[in-house]
This record gives sequence, C-alpha cells and structure tokens, in this order.
Amino acid sequence: MATKAFQKIYTKITQITKATCSLRAANVGNEELATVDGNLAQVVKIIGDEVTLQVFGGTEGLRTNAEVVFMGKAPSLRVGDQLSGRFFNAFGDPIDGGPVPEGKEVEIGGPSVNPVRRKQPSELIATGIAGIDLNNTLVSGQKIPFFADPDQPYNQVMANVALRAKTDKIILGGMGLTNDDYLYFKNIFSNAGVLDHIISFVNTTENPPVERLLIPDMALTAAEYFAVEKNEKVLVLLTDMTLYADALSIVSNRMDQIPSKDSMPGSLYSDLAKIYEKAVQFPDGGSITIIAVTTLSGGDITHAIPDNTGYITEGQLFVRRDTDIGKVIVDPFRSLSRLKQLVIGKKTRDDHPQLMNAAVRLFADAANAKTKLENGFDLSDYDERCLDFAKEYSAQILAIDVNIDTTEMLDTTWKILASHFRVEELNIKQDLVTKYMPKVS
Amino acid sequence: MSTKGIVKGIISNLVIVEVDGPVSQNEICYIIYKEARLMAEIIKVVGQQAYVQVFESTRGLKVGFEVEFSEHMLEVQLGPGLLSRNLDGLQNDLDKMKGVFLRSGEYTSPLNIDQSWEFKPLAKVGDKVQAADWLGETTENLQPHKIMVPFVFEGSYTIKSIVDKGTYTLKDTIAVLLDDKANEIAVTMVQHWPVKKALKAYKEKPRPFRLLETGVRIIDIANPIVEGGTGFIPGPFGTGKTVLQHAISKQAEADIVIMAACGERANEVVEIFTEFPELEDPHTGRKLMERTIIVANTSNMPVAAREASVYTAMTIAEYYRSMGLKVLLMADSTSRWAQALREMSNRLEELPGQDAFPMDLSAIIAGFYSRAGYVILNNGQTGSITFIGTVSPAGGNLKEPVTEGTKKAARCFFALEQARADSKRYPAINPIDSYSKYIEYPEFEDYIKKTVSDQWIPMVNEMKTLLQRGKEVQEQINILGDDGVPLDYHITYWKSEIVDFVILQQDAFDTIDALCPIERQQYMLRKVMGITRMDFEFDNFNEIMDYFKKVINVLRQMNYSEFESDKFKEFEKQLEELLKERVTQLNQA
Ligand SMILES: Nc1ncnc2c1ncn2[C@@H]1O[C@H](COP(=O)(O)OP(=O)(O)OP(=O)(O)O)[C@@H](O)[C@H]1O
Ligand SMILES: [Mg+2]
Repeated sequence: MATKAFQKIYTKITQITKATCSLRAANVGNEELATVDGNLAQVVKIIGDEVTLQVFGGTEGLRTNAEVVFMGKAPSLRVGDQLSGRFFNAFGDPIDGGPVPEGKEVEIGGPSVNPVRRKQPSELIATGIAGIDLNNTLVSGQKIPFFADPDQPYNQVMANVALRAKTDKIILGGMGLTNDDYLYFKNIFSNAGVLDHIISFVNTTENPPVERLLIPDMALTAAEYFAVEKNEKVLVLLTDMTLYADALSIVSNRMDQIPSKDSMPGSLYSDLAKIYEKAVQFPDGGSITIIAVTTLSGGDITHAIPDNTGYITEGQLFVRRDTDIGKVIVDPFRSLSRLKQLVIGKKTRDDHPQLMNAAVRLFADAANAKTKLENGFDLSDYDERCLDFAKEYSAQILAIDVNIDTTEMLDTTWKILASHFRVEELNIKQDLVTKYMPKVS
Repeated sequence: MSTKGIVKGIISNLVIVEVDGPVSQNEICYIIYKEARLMAEIIKVVGQQAYVQVFESTRGLKVGFEVEFSEHMLEVQLGPGLLSRNLDGLQNDLDKMKGVFLRSGEYTSPLNIDQSWEFKPLAKVGDKVQAADWLGETTENLQPHKIMVPFVFEGSYTIKSIVDKGTYTLKDTIAVLLDDKANEIAVTMVQHWPVKKALKAYKEKPRPFRLLETGVRIIDIANPIVEGGTGFIPGPFGTGKTVLQHAISKQAEADIVIMAACGERANEVVEIFTEFPELEDPHTGRKLMERTIIVANTSNMPVAAREASVYTAMTIAEYYRSMGLKVLLMADSTSRWAQALREMSNRLEELPGQDAFPMDLSAIIAGFYSRAGYVILNNGQTGSITFIGTVSPAGGNLKEPVTEGTKKAARCFFALEQARADSKRYPAINPIDSYSKYIEYPEFEDYIKKTVSDQWIPMVNEMKTLLQRGKEVQEQINILGDDGVPLDYHITYWKSEIVDFVILQQDAFDTIDALCPIERQQYMLRKVMGITRMDFEFDNFNEIMDYFKKVINVLRQMNYSEFESDKFKEFEKQLEELLKERVTQLNQA
C-alpha cells in the first residue's frame, strides 16, 4: 500500500509480542491503520503516548528499528461499480491481476442501521432445494449459517444455493480457504457465466490468519454500497466463520485478555453479532442476506463458536448424508429458518406451514422406528408406514439434487403422505385436508 | 464550574481521562470529538484518572481530546409521551434520528417538549405532599397518566400553587411546591431519575398474589405468574424464548408493556414495530402499540449502552407503576446484559469470577430483579411491575453463572428444553422441571379460589401428577418395549400425551390458538382432565395409539377453532362420539 508523502516515520519500537508491537507516537487515532516495515497493522490500544499496534502478518522477524508510518484512517475500501467481477485480498487489494478499482473510499465496519429504518424481511429466496424452501425457507435480509463438519460438502452446497437464488450480487468472503476451495469457487462462478455479478474477498490458508479479521467487514462494506446506493439484493457468503473466530482468539490470547469459554474472547458474541447484524432489508428494496459456514468440531454445537452463532443468526442449516438414499440432505430436525414464518403460507400456498410440520413430525417418528428396529423391538404397522414414508420423502423431497418449485414440493409431499397415512395421523386443520389432500385409490 | 478532563488512554471502549476537579462514580461525561459529543460513564476512579466506558464507537479517538463532565448520573426523562416510543438503551428516540445509519454522538429526546397536554389537578393548594404523590392527571393514549411530585424530592412539601384544568406544554410550570425551609420549587410535567437507582417512593411492597393472565396455557395453568411477580425463561438458542415473550406481550392483561430488546436481533424488534401498531390488545380492543414502549439496544449497538438499556426500561416501568398501573416488563436477553458487564470488567482487569463474569454478578442480577414487584403507593392505591427475563445459557447448559444467579432471584422458572423444541412441542417449556413459587403462596391460593374455583389448584396438581406418571411410563416402554408392559401403561402414557398436545402445546403462529383467554383455558382443562379420568377398554397397544391420536386430533381442532363457535361445537360433538366408542366408565367427578 502506498503511503502519502511527508508522513512522519517512527523507527523506535519499544515492545514486541507475538501479535503486537508498541512505540511512542503522537496524534494517533484509535483503530487507525499503520504500516510496520511495509506490513499493515492497526492501533488497538493507546496509553499516554504509547501506542500498541496489532500487526496483521504477525511479528516474526520484526526489528526494533522498523519503519512505522501511520495512515490517518481506519481500514477502508474504495466502493463503486468497478468492484464487480473482481477478486481482492483482506486489505481490499486486487489479487486477480486487474487494476485497482476506483470509487469512494469508505471505512469498513461502519455504523449500524437504525432499527426503526429497517423493513421487515418479506421476500422469499427460492433455491429449489426443498430442505430449504419447504422446511427452512430463506428470506432476504436474513442471516443463517450452515453448521457442518469439516468433511461435509458445505462449500458446494453453499455455492449451489448462491447460484440458484435470484440476487443482484453475490459477495464471497473467504476466510482460511484452502487454495483448492478458492479455485473451486472461482471456477464454479466463471462456469456459471455469472462472474460479473460476483465480488470476492479472499484470505487463504497461505495468508496470515489474523488478516482474516478484515474479510467480513470488507465484504459487508461492499454489500452495503450495492444495497444502499443501488438498491440491489445482495447475498453475502462467509466461509468459514469458525476460522474467523479462531483468529479473534489468537489476537485476544496474545494480548493477555482473560479468555472465557473454549478460550474464546469474552466479547465473541458482540464481535460476531456486529458482522451478522449487517444483514438487513432496506425500505428502498435493497437487502443484504448473509449465508455463512461455521464448521463444527466433532459435531459439537455447544462449543462457544457455534453456540454464540446460534444465538445471533436467524436459524441454522445442517447438511448430512441420508443413509436410506445415500444422498446429501438438509437435515429437517436440527435445521431451522427463523424467518420462514414471514413468508410461508403468505408468499406460498396456505397449506405450507401445517403440511411442512406434519411431514417433519412423521419423519421424526420414522427415526424413532428406526431406533426401535436397531434395538431389536418389533415394529408396529404405524412404524412400518413411517419408515416407508421416510424413504420416499428423502428421495423425492429432501435430497439436495432435487430442484423443484415450492408448489410442486407441497403437492409431492401431500401425495407421499396420502399414500401412507390416515387423516387423523396428520394433525392438519380439516379445511386444508379437504382442500389439498389427494384421494388415494 | 464543572469538571473538565483530557483523554489519556484508549482501550477499545474504555477511555482513561485525566480530570481537573471532583467527579463521581457513574457520572456522565462527554468526549468532544469534532462536532460530536460522545457520551460516557465513569466506572472507576484512580487518583486524577477517571476510567469511563463510552456508549459509542471509539474509532478515531485520540489522546488529548477534551472531556466535559455533567455532574449527574445516567438518567431518563419521565413524562407524558413515552408510550408508543421506540427508544434506544440510553432513551434516545430512534424515530427522531436522521438517516438510515446510527451516528455516533447523535442524541434525541424521548419527549416532545413543546407538545401540549390536557392537565387536570388532583391535589390542591396547601396539601402536604412527598415524592411520587399525584399532583394531577393527563391522558396519554387514552390512558390516565399521573403527574407526580418528582421522585428526587426528599422530605415533605406543601403545595403553594397549582394550575387549573387546562392545556399545558411540558415546559410549563404546573405547580410550585414549598420545602420545609419555605423555598419555592417549580414543577413541570417532566422529571428525571438516575436509572441505576431503584425507585422506592411507595409505602410498602407486600407479597404479590393476583394472577397475571398471560394467555399462554402452560404458564397460566401450570406455572402461573402474578402481578408484580418475577420469572425467567432460560433456553438454548432457537428453543422459543423470544416467541414466548412476544406471545406474552401480546396477550397479557397489563396496562403498560415495556419490551427491552437487550443485545438481540434487530429483525426481532422490527417484527414488533411492524406488528404491534396493527394488532389489538385483547383486553381493551385498542392497538397494542398504544400500551407499549420498546427499548431497543440490539446486538450491533454499542455494548455499554446495552448494559444501560435494561435499567432504562426498568426505570420507565417504575415510573408507570407509581401511577397505580400494572406494568409488564420483558427483557430479552439478560445474558447479553451480563456479557456487557463481563466485557467491561475484563477491560478493567478486575479479578474474574466463574466463566470470566464479574464476581458480583449474582448480586447485580438479584438487585435488578428486586426492583420488580407489587406495591402499595402512599395514597393506598396499588401498582405492579411483573418482570420476565430470558437467559441464553452458554452451550445450553443451565449450570452457568447467569442462569444460576437468576434462579436465585426469579420466582418462576420457565425452562425451555432442546428436546421439546426439536420435536416441535411448542412452547418448549419443560412441564416437569419448570415451576412457579407463587402456587405455594396461600394468598395466591385464596385468590384463585375466589376468582376461578376451588377445584382449580387440585385439578392442576392432578394434571401434573399425570404428566409425571406419563413420563415414567414412557421410560419403561422405551426399555421394555411396547408389549413388555401392561396395556394400562399405554393408556396412562396416551392420557398424558393428551394433556401435552392439547393443554401444554400452543401454536404461537395460529391466529386463534395463539390467544387463549383464561375462561377458555379453564374450559379446555376441565374437558381434558375429564377424559383422563375415564376408563377405556382396548385389546392391544396399537389400538390405544390409534384411538388416542384421534382424540388428540379432534381436541386440537377445537383449539384451532373460535371458542364456542359452531365449528368448535361440531368438533366437540365428534369428540363425544369418539369417547362413546371406547369408554367403559365415565369417571367425570
Ligand atoms: N410457540 C411456538 N409455536 C410455533 N413455533 C415456535 C414457537 N416457539 C418457537 N417456535 C419456533 O422456534 C423458532 C425459534 O424461536 P425463538 O426465536 O423464540 O428462539 P429463542 O429461544 O429466542 O432463540 P435465541 O436464543 O437464538 O434468540 C421460531 O422461529 C419458531 O420457528
Ligand atoms: Mg431470542
């Protein structure tokens, strides 16, 4: 990054830790950027004339006479239409060999939207995946993560969702992506012929981990530009937020802060909320929707990272392989879209809420029957019917390679239910049964 | 001359200020930053250095900036015009702020100082008065709103003059009081009170005993809360804390409802903004928003203001309680408030307690809950603040400091359970672990006997016993298999399932089922308990399941139908038919 002429250069570092260095300097603003021998750093603490900098690339090899220059501004991004189709690093510098885009320079991590200026989300985002559209409907302005084990195909599912959803922009914030995954996203976006409405900010495993801390704010600053200035529907993909949180803990531990649960900083909730709460529906039509990935370790959702995430986001999606059909499904039990109430039965057919609940409940009964079977108990006729239902429901509805619209999902579900169950087993309002339940021959 | 200071250090939102004069703990100061004044509160003093927590982002702040001290603690403005407002944690009116984004240092008054109000005196010249006594009355959103002797007034006063009935603005003097040294003090319709101080201008605080109808069956029937009572709702994420609080706020029989969104999602607040102006208060038929005040400090708003927000909400509740009103205060989530305390305590490098929370967390929580309650005012009238907070336990584990601290302070425990939420048995309140201590109050029992019936409490206990028994039986069936237990076990289990499905479960998103007035609750409970006392005859357990599923289905259809409508009666008839099929003995006692 170029520095302005006539800036004061400091050359006397007084203290170095694993993540930070300190020096005496005057007229420095909190959170201001600086370069230390050309490497980017940010002010994290000022006591009198002693300024502490967090060095993004780490302090390995840092010399006490390194040249420190303060840049007079917090981390920022030049926003404008030229961002479209481009790939950037965590500092917003191009990594695709193209020119530096022009535009208005804005500080990242800017202020929050006044809650009374928000609009209630109400636009359904269709993905063609029934595990989402039918059971866990997404809405513009929502924030929702995939909770996935590291070996699950979450990036593929997410890329699929992004490409099928009708949005104006997709902004990818990649944190700790492997180079292979980075290239995967690059390929799938270019093959789909949609590169021009995609913007990527990428930190790969080859970059220093602390740099990742800038990625979400970079991506969301770009998103705010398109959603506010252009009234566009923007979808932001953040993967993997667990690696983001790990970077937070690296910094806080190195700064000797008292860790709370799972050695995460006590401010983890607020730190994550500041990012996720950027999801918003603006009154003028623009919106920011966030789909994120939080990888779990050993499926443990009580770990501080997924736990705090769950308390912030509007639901979560689990993917798993269904052993009955050998395909990946969106798990109907643990997944939940909290905003679905705003659209189901309103933007979709009136039988949607009750039908969805009935099917999921019967799918749960099938799971119980399976447990019974495994424990060597006899199955009742009802158990058998539940098992048959579950197989068809998985194959024709839940499998993520099924791509149909919501009305067709509803019709198919009725058909499967009607062929296995009696009305009183469904617990669905009588009027809806009369209206939609097909007669079985 | 008020004290001034200079910024000496910045660690996130903790700023160290060197002061040139006296300051006090919790005093408010302003850091001058370009055109803006950033509000902050003193939380520690060491020599000439005041440690202040800033209620805004500190980005760009520099050493050397000037600081002005205000000589008062964080306080709220109290007066007519607070109802229907959308406020932030520091009581700024969010609707008055310009622009889509919140700006640092933008503060707006919650009251419209130039607005006129119809004032009618309730006291007369020569009356001896003290803090919180009613001087007069105005009407706010069609509700009487008392104008009181300011709460900060100590000792007793004599009314020297009071204006006649008429229209006055909030700036106008409506009375002049004389203190014991004959100093004249002018009083307007507006007063101020520091939020962290409990307001104690009432005669006494007896034990509460009157049922507060919430319209949520599992609460009113099994774990009732009372006017002036306290309760808390712990639960892992997604188990229904917010939905439950919203449901209560829509139906509860309260005069004033204050919703404190403390460090939670902005979209949930937007839901209230959007729905409440449309929805009707089932008790008065007026719009819900007319009785509601929202204090919104969502998770992305500054953390220190989040800490303040619950106090702001409580102080406003105390103000309305002093008018003799029934106030319901809800805070979602008190864990976020505790986390705000933790962040600051860590920054101050205080010795940490469990999970790095401050050592005195339990005492802070208890102090807050104790501000709720049922009071007898100095004039003999009564008022109440019923407080229900949610708790978001880390990892869903109830053995953590905020849950444990709250359990000691709150008298009702509505424990949301992951397993019930997973099986969509909403509201996912665990019927066996949850409790209301009020049931044990003899005052409460007397009240229920008088207002409901003397059969009520025994019937509720019978229901709870059945649920307990149902759970035991289910465990045995799980171990021994369906045909490893006598048929009676299945019948008991399914009877408890009827209670679960028809009484305990309630669909918050169904326009009819969501709202269940006490009269309807009684009707359905009698109906259901009647069925559970009947004797049935079956040949095998499959028959039992099929049959009871049908019974449950018809009863649920009743829940979904308008009370006593033709449809409702139609289903009731179907139910009788169904019962005739199998019942051998109508133990309808
Ligand atoms: N009574 C109910 N009826 C129907 N659905 C419900 C009910 N209660 C909760 N739900 C479902 O559960 C979801 C989560 O509920 P809610 O937002 O209240 O959870 P929460 O406990 O507040 O979670 P968090 O701690 O993350 O804020 C809702 O979006 C809704 O789908
Ligand atoms: Mg909630």
